[in-house]
Formats: sequence, structure tokens, C-alpha cells
Amino acid sequence: MAELIGKDFTPEDLRAKVTGAAKYAEDFRRDGMLFCRLLKSPMPHAVVRSIDARRALAMDGVVAILTADEVPPQPAPGNNILTNEPHFVGEPILAVAAVDEETAEAAIEAIELDLEPRAFCTDPLTSLRPSGPNARTAGNTFSREDGVHAHKWTSADFREADEGRMPMGEPTMEWSYGDLEAGFADAALVLDESFVTASHAHHSMEPRTAFAYWENGKCFLHGSGQSQAFMVPGLAAFIGIPPQDLVFVAEFCGGGFGSKGGAYPVMTIPAHMSKKTGRPVLMRISRAEEYFLGAARCGFQGRVRMGFRADGRLMACDLYIVQDNGPNTGFGDLGSGASAVSLVYTPEAMRFRGVSVLTNTPPRSAQRGPGQNQIACAIEPLLDKAARELSLDQVEIRRINAPDSESLYGGGRSGVTSAHLREALDLGAERFDWTTRRARSGQRQGPKVRGVGVGQAFHSAGSSGFDGLVRITPDGMLHIHTGVGNLGTYSYAGTARAAAEVLGYDWDRCVLHRGDSRRHLPWNLGQFGSNTSFTMSRSNYAAGMDALRKLQQIASIRLGGSADDYQPRNEAMVHRADPSRRMTFARAAEWAVEMGGPYSGQNLPDDINDMTRRSAEALAGTGLMGVARDGQHEGTVPALAAGFIEIELDVETGRVEILDYLGVADCGTVIHPQGLAAQVRGGAVMGFGMALTERHVYDARWGLPGAVGLHHAKPPSYLDVPIEMDWAAVDIADPQNPVGAKGIGEPLMGCAASALLCAISDALGGHYFCRNPVVADMIVNAASERPQSTRPLATNTQ
Amino acid sequence: MSETDRPTTTVLLPESAGGWSRRDFIKGVIASTVTVSGVSYFGAGCASPLPAQTGGVERLVSLSVNGQTRRVDVAPNETLATTLRYKLGLTGTKIGCNRAECGACTVLIGDVNHYACSTLTHRVRDREITTVEGLESGDGTLHPVQQAFIDELGPQCGFCTPGQVMSAVALLRANPNPTRKEAQAAMSGNLCRCGAYDHYLNGVMRAAQEV
Repeated sequence: MAELIGKDFTPEDLRAKVTGAAKYAEDFRRDGMLFCRLLKSPMPHAVVRSIDARRALAMDGVVAILTADEVPPQPAPGNNILTNEPHFVGEPILAVAAVDEETAEAAIEAIELDLEPRAFCTDPLTSLRPSGPNARTAGNTFSREDGVHAHKWTSADFREADEGRMPMGEPTMEWSYGDLEAGFADAALVLDESFVTASHAHHSMEPRTAFAYWENGKCFLHGSGQSQAFMVPGLAAFIGIPPQDLVFVAEFCGGGFGSKGGAYPVMTIPAHMSKKTGRPVLMRISRAEEYFLGAARCGFQGRVRMGFRADGRLMACDLYIVQDNGPNTGFGDLGSGASAVSLVYTPEAMRFRGVSVLTNTPPRSAQRGPGQNQIACAIEPLLDKAARELSLDQVEIRRINAPDSESLYGGGRSGVTSAHLREALDLGAERFDWTTRRARSGQRQGPKVRGVGVGQAFHSAGSSGFDGLVRITPDGMLHIHTGVGNLGTYSYAGTARAAAEVLGYDWDRCVLHRGDSRRHLPWNLGQFGSNTSFTMSRSNYAAGMDALRKLQQIASIRLGGSADDYQPRNEAMVHRADPSRRMTFARAAEWAVEMGGPYSGQNLPDDINDMTRRSAEALAGTGLMGVARDGQHEGTVPALAAGFIEIELDVETGRVEILDYLGVADCGTVIHPQGLAAQVRGGAVMGFGMALTERHVYDARWGLPGAVGLHHAKPPSYLDVPIEMDWAAVDIADPQNPVGAKGIGEPLMGCAASALLCAISDALGGHYFCRNPVVADMIVNAASERPQSTRPLATNTQ
Repeated sequence: MSETDRPTTTVLLPESAGGWSRRDFIKGVIASTVTVSGVSYFGAGCASPLPAQTGGVERLVSLSVNGQTRRVDVAPNETLATTLRYKLGLTGTKIGCNRAECGACTVLIGDVNHYACSTLTHRVRDREITTVEGLESGDGTLHPVQQAFIDELGPQCGFCTPGQVMSAVALLRANPNPTRKEAQAAMSGNLCRCGAYDHYLNGVMRAAQEV
């Protein structure tokens, strides 16, 4: 019976958050600190012919200018540190450092740029036209093998587009399994729908401000990062130093949602500027700049053909996705979205085709459920459409297609570790009283109509093979070193409890070391991709087990008997048959220090990462050390979630009031119930924004982004969500995790977004928009049977 | 044309550029420590001492912050968020948007919550200002709102938390027994992208039982 796993606790960083003591990147100061501001491109694609900085540098208080020629160039189409060929409005061209921010701003204004405009594109379909513009000089798509290159469709391919249907020309990626045509032939109902999902910003509350200085040959960088250890090698490469010369501090991160998961280049601008000036440099990033530099979710223009049996079983699914990838590397949302379809709906046969197109719009990165959540928004309402036509219940059509632990994933048909979506649907339907609520669907009071919806989503949520590092010091305390990062989910702490659990520790006697390279952290995966619960509980468990083995060995050496005779009890090793033979952990730690070798970290395993090795070497001799590399798991780790929602929709104003919401998680064993509750509800809030209000908007003529403030693409506030929301978890252990845990963060957003879209369509009596967000005017138009103002297939250009 | 064939960018710099001298550096360090926190945010750069007053507002002012009187040099157009963070070292007040959209910078002026990013410091010279750092009592006891936010796991990333705390404190001063609906309305000027609204509201309701 677990003592710590599955129990609530108070994470150690909470007090700092409520008292204001928590320091984010903008909260650090050093004497002599300079402020740095960016000169950003006013054009969506241009070449910088000349920079005249003479007037700026002559200004009082201006210290230095940093241009693209002074920082390491990044291979195309990677995100740049600074560039002389900007590919989006807001891309940093140069930086100016001054003694105060106002002076730096004034200097930016005084710099004269000579820009040569280049062809640009804001809509992928425009770029795919035979003579359409390319976002980059070298082309409009890229692959690892061919780099950036042009990919065009024929005029004939676009014939369908003129009739509002998604055209499907030559794809750049494709996979399939099963007999697609046989599946369609057996189908009682075939849907063929075009769909659009908009790009939208991450809206992290903390803009990506960064602060850097150099001391004794090392670069100290305070940045806004979801991850800790995982970001170090990338950041060091952007700075041009070996990883061991970078001290990275990211103890707190004010939201990332995928946009701060891995190393990103602009964070290193103050490091370069500090090196050039010899002074500490703070680069504040404004809210508006965050919309240029802060990344966005990829948009989809897609088409799906689905063949259903009369009982609702999905026999065949043919999916095509064109992805708006922004100008740079972007992210692989389209492939992830397609693989999600293969698992969540388990079609008997499936084909995926797609092409990722570069556009001169803000750079893309992963955003919570990248691909999986867009496809949930596209497909879930179509399941309802099928259910309506086949006279099936919305939950029933999902149940019959839901995956189990034998289901296969993606085009590669890999296995999964465990899947219990059907159990989540059953639990949710009962707890939400689905049958009663469904009976209220369509009830009208004045202009207000009731609607209900159920949504589902998935994310691959776990990895393995990273390192764990713990110490028991001679005072008897357990020190858990974790390099995972602190996104605000408290999983850094919840998963650390796996090490304490193995050793039977009182949690109050455990010390967490994290958030700063100087705290000697092991090599861990980043805090992204819903992976932490699975990956880090494995790593910490591995380190805890290594410490336990060493405790057993020390006990047997000092007290006699074999190592296996000893078990931990109340922070002491106790002989199973003779409890008088007992050694406290504190005493064992003293012995470990005296004995040296592997016991105190003087000898280390060969297979650990260099970062872990350096950390362990620094800590060697301070106590009994548990250090180990986790083994490998097999198969995809599915995080699955179902959301249930009831709404009231005003057909005259288009306003949607969410009356009630329940989110149900399949995340294996629940590690931290209160933390899970916060994720279920918080993910839902983000999902409501994705469904209703959030989108980037670009001016197609000039390429200018129109959504550069919170109110332009409004995230939900207190008043936009139910006053209370419910949550539940299936709580069935995953067999490939030592504490039974799987990740969950991402699908909790997608299931809520798609449930809400389904409920809107339900309230409108079966009107399916095939587009998100569904904004108020779309609802009013649909309710009054007027044509929509959105152009068919247009993503973010209306 | 490939991207590597791009024409070279000409960068024009003044002839003296690159000659940033040790003397300039020392001058900068000395001057920038004149202000209270040791760092100038704006308006008081190293190269320009306080400008002579010509009928404008007095720059050196006294502010009452968290029960203490603080002497500070304030530019005429300086916001309270800037003064608190960059002059007084009170970095608990966060700047999330700097234009009254998000509420991360919420502080109390008197008993009322205000966005510090959109309040001119000179306008609050004669007022009692309370920031998140001013709630904890001298013996380390947290304000009931802070403790309730811990108990209910209010914060996620924590960046909006100081603002949420201050709005909750303001609410409970004005209305010690709010309904959940009243609390929802009172807190609605504070955005939370993590979506922790439910947990913050639980915290407000729990704190209401304590105050």
C-alpha cells in the first residue's frame, strides 16, 4: 500500500508563489545591469540591406548594438537568435543595450533600417497554388532529407477548392493500414467533410523575459523555461559554449504550454549582449512581443472521409491535413493528429496524407496537445453527426470505437502500455448523469437553448531512459535531485515522491533540489508532452532502488547476513528475521561516506549521462548516493481523457454559457489527486478558449498579425467558465510504470474543447461548423440560417 | 536563390563604437546605483542626472508601501508597477501585459485593488499601498487568503498568483462573506492562463471563513 503515491501534499514552492517570493526571470537584478530591447521586423519577409546605427549609438546611455552577424547562425528553417532575413513580422533583427529601458527604446527608434521586401504568404493553400508565393526564398516546405524546398499542387487539384471543398494534391507524407476501400464499401454511412482549425497563441502569463551575465568564464542565464536540464545543451549551443559552462536558472516558469519546452534562441540574446558589453543584461519581453516570439499552435486545413457501420463502428478513415507551420521548423502536429485518430477511434482501416506548409506568420511550436487537440476539435463533432444520422447516442458511438490496452497506434501500429477510454466514458456518463442531461438537449427558454456534448482526446504521455539522482546525508535526510523543470503542475514534486516511497521516507524529511544548474541536477527529459508523471516517476524510482540496494549492502556488510535479509522500516534497515539487527539510514549514510566507492558516488555507473555524471561527481562523498539510468519501456503511453459538458446557447447573441463540466482522466494511478484536479479543470478552461475565442488573425494583404493582445484572442476569464467544475479519474495502474502512473496534461484540454464544440452543434440541432473557434457571429448566422462571414477553408485570414 | 546567397548586410556604426571605456563602465555602475534598488528602469539613466524641475512634478517622493515610508525617485510618467519592481525591489508584483488586461500587477491602494501597471506612481503619493509582500505578518503567519490558496492548490505556474491574492484580499475587506458568485465577479479582473479559477475560488471561500 503506497504511503505517498495517491495522497495530497503541499508542494514546497507553493508558499513562495503566494507570498511573491517566487523569482521569475524578470525578478533578478545585478549591479551595473543594462536593459536590452529588440528591433523587430515590420515586414513578413524581407532582407536587411543596411543598418545605420550611428545616431543610436551616439545617444547618451546607449552601450551597444548586437546584430545577426555577431551571433551563431542557425540552419534554415530553424528559429533564429537574430537575423538579416526576417520571415515574420516581429522577428528580431538586432538588439540594443542601454543603461535604462527608455534609452534602449529611444535608440531602437533612432536606428535606420533599409529593408528589401520579399514575397510572403499567410495561407498555406495560397502557397500550394502552382504559382503561389513561398514563405522562404528556397521554398514553402521542408524535410530532414531535402531541407527547405518548394512543393506545389496543380491547378486541377484546386478545382474542388472553388466549390468550398478542401483540395487534396500531392502530399509530402503518407501512411496507411488496413483495406480502406473495403471499409468504405461496408459502411452504412460515409461522411466527407472539410475542416479548419485556427492557429492560436499560447498566451503564457509570463512573457519570455531573460536575464544573463558572465562570471568566472561561466554564463549565468535566468530564463522562462518549462524544462531545466533538458534545455541546457541547446541553450549552451545557441550561446556557443559547452553545456558545463552554462548555469541555467529556471526555478519558476510563468506558463509555457509547450512554447517554452525546449531551448529557444531568443532567450540567449542577453547572454550574447552581456558577453559583448561585460555587464549583466535584462531583456524584458512585452506582451505584444510575446505574440511574435512566443509561438503558436499550428493551424489545420483538412478533409476527412469516414465510413461507419450501422452500429456506429468506424470502418474506414481517410484523413488529409495541410498544416500551417509558420516560417520555421514549427512542429509535427499533423502527424500527431493523424496518429491520435488511429488510437482514439480505432478505425479498422485508415490512410493519412498531409503536407506541412511554411507561412510568414508567427513561428509555431508545440501547444498543449499539438495536433491531437486540433484533430479532436475536427473529428469529435463529426462523430456526433454520424451518431445523429445513425440514431445513436453520442456516448455510445464513442464507446464502440474506444481503444483498449490491445489497440494499436499510428501508421507504425505500435502497441500501447494501457488504454481505458471506455472506462472513462462509462465513469463520466454515470457521474455526469448523461442520460438525464441529454434529455434536456434542445430545450428552449426565450432565445436560450440547452445543448450537451462529450469530447475525447489523446496524447502520447511518457518516455524512459533518463537518470535519477538521490542522496541520503548523514543527518538522515533524503535529497532528491530533479532536473525536470517546473511548469506549475507540481509533477516535479509528485514524481520525486516515487523515490521517497521506495525508501519508506517521511516526506517532511525529503529535500528537493531543482531549478538551478548549481544544485547538481541529473539529465532529465523536459517538462512537456504530458510525459513527466510517467518518465520522472521511473527515473526517481530507479535512483531510489539504487539507494535501497546500497542500504541493503551496507547493512549486510556491517551487521551480517545477506543484503536481501534487510528491508527499510521507519528510515532504518531492519533484518527481516532479527529486528534487533537494525541500522538507521543516517548511520548507513555515514558508513557510505567512509566506505566510498559506489556507496557515496565515488564510482559511478557507466551508462549515465555526462550531465548526471558531473552532478554526481560534485556531490560525491556527501552521503549515500542512489544514481541510476532508468531502463526502457515498450510502446506508446496513452494519456486519454473524456469531457462532458452542458451549455446554454443564446441564439440571438451567440453567447455560450457553460453550465457544467466534468473531465475524466485515464492517467493510470493517480499520483497527486489535488494536482490532477487542477489539471483537469485548468485544461478544460484552455480548451474552452480554443473552442470559442482564440485565434491568430493576419492581414493577408500586408502580412500583419492582428492578434497581439490578450483581448484580441481572449483566453477565458472567471466569468467564461462554470462556477464549479467536476473531475474524476479511472485510476487503473499502467503496467510499465513502477507506481502505475501515466501523464495526462494535454488531452484534458482537447476533450473539453471538443465537448464544447459538440454541445454547440447539439444546441443548434445538428449544425456542424467544421471549424474552430466557433465565435459568436458564426452561431448567430447559423441560428438565423444566414451565410457565414468566414471564407471557406480560410484559417486565420477569415 | 538560396538563403545563403543573401547579400551582405551593411552595418554602419559611429567611429567611436566599440570603444566603450572602463571609465564609462564605472560611471554607469555608480550612477545606476543611485536609485533605491540599484537598478534604473527608465528615466534616470547613468548619463543624465535628475533633471532640474521646471514646473513639473517633484521627482523625489515619499510612498507608503506595506506600512513603511519609502523615499524614491519617480519619473512623471512612471507606473506604480515600475516603481515597486525596479525602484523598491518588490518583485512580487508581476507585469504580465503592462496594459490593464491581465491583473498580474494587482496591488491595494487603500483597501481597493488596482492594476499597478496602469496607475501613475505620482497619483498615489498620499495613499497606503499594499503589495503581496505586505500581507504576511512579522512572525511569518500568512494572510488567510495566502494560506487558503496553499490549502486549495490555487496557483499553478504562479505568475498571476500575487494579483489573485490581492484581489481576493480586497474582496474580503469589502465583503467578508461573499457568495461564490460574488467572488467570481470580484476576481474576474485577474486572468489565469493555467485556468486555476476553480481552485482560486475555493481558496477565496475558505479564506472567507477565516477572516
